[in-house]
Amino acid sequence: MIPLTWYMALAAMLFAIGVCGFLTRRNVIIMFLSIELMLNAVNLNLVAMSHSLHSLRGQVFTFFIITVAAAEAAIGLGIAISLFRSRRTVHVDDINQLKG
Amino acid sequence: MFAKLLFLYCSLVILASGLAAIRMRNPVHSVLMVLLLFFHMAGLYLLLGAEFLAAVQVIVYAGAILVLYLFVLFLVSLKEELRLGRFVDSAWLGMVLAGGIGAGLLYILPLFVPGRRGQWPPELVRQVTHTKALGQEMYSTFILPFEIAGLILLIAVIGGLVLARKDKEAEQ
Repeated sequence: MIPLTWYMALAAMLFAIGVCGFLTRRNVIIMFLSIELMLNAVNLNLVAMSHSLHSLRGQVFTFFIITVAAAEAAIGLGIAISLFRSRRTVHVDDINQLKG
Repeated sequence: MFAKLLFLYCSLVILASGLAAIRMRNPVHSVLMVLLLFFHMAGLYLLLGAEFLAAVQVIVYAGAILVLYLFVLFLVSLKEELRLGRFVDSAWLGMVLAGGIGAGLLYILPLFVPGRRGQWPPELVRQVTHTKALGQEMYSTFILPFEIAGLILLIAVIGGLVLARKDKEAEQ
């Protein structure tokens, strides 16, 4: 039997990788991809915990997280497309209109 | 023993492909690395006895969301991306912050105290079959969140339509 802490350690490391990608990459689309990595880390945590705590709540919650991730991808990528249409760039350091 | 080996293999591939995904220059390669990661995540779900979630992971994440990402990547210009730098100017700050978050999470991990056990032990889930057990739970206890999830998807559809529509007044 695999201990729960192994799964949680893996999820923590994957979450840190996602945070690193989100904070360092310039491309907006890769930033969204890093958010998916973070969501996946949380999903893994929830499924592992619900397995070891004999409950299905975590897995139901994972299901909802996948729904939200799909919605987020659709809307976020729509924003990226319309951003590229108006500014011809998807780099976060070129998008500084709101800085004043 | 076999389960532990499978877990170690899957976690190694997950960490390696995750690191490769955030470091690669070509965004298409990043997306393909994340595809590999999602497949191995599905393998871990199978190891945890969550077959339905493994199938959903492959169908929704690998099949739908990543294809959407690839579409959008091909719509924006890739040539410029390959020429310019991958990281923002203050990338070291982000790396330090991410490393700190990872180290902090790993540090507080042994302090985790498991809560009360529920009424779905893995043997029972295996006996009822996972999809049926999940469906029973979702359509009885979690029916309201389920409806809200449907509403969120509707909002995503409307938002996608609004964002993708061409602004006719601005063109004229």
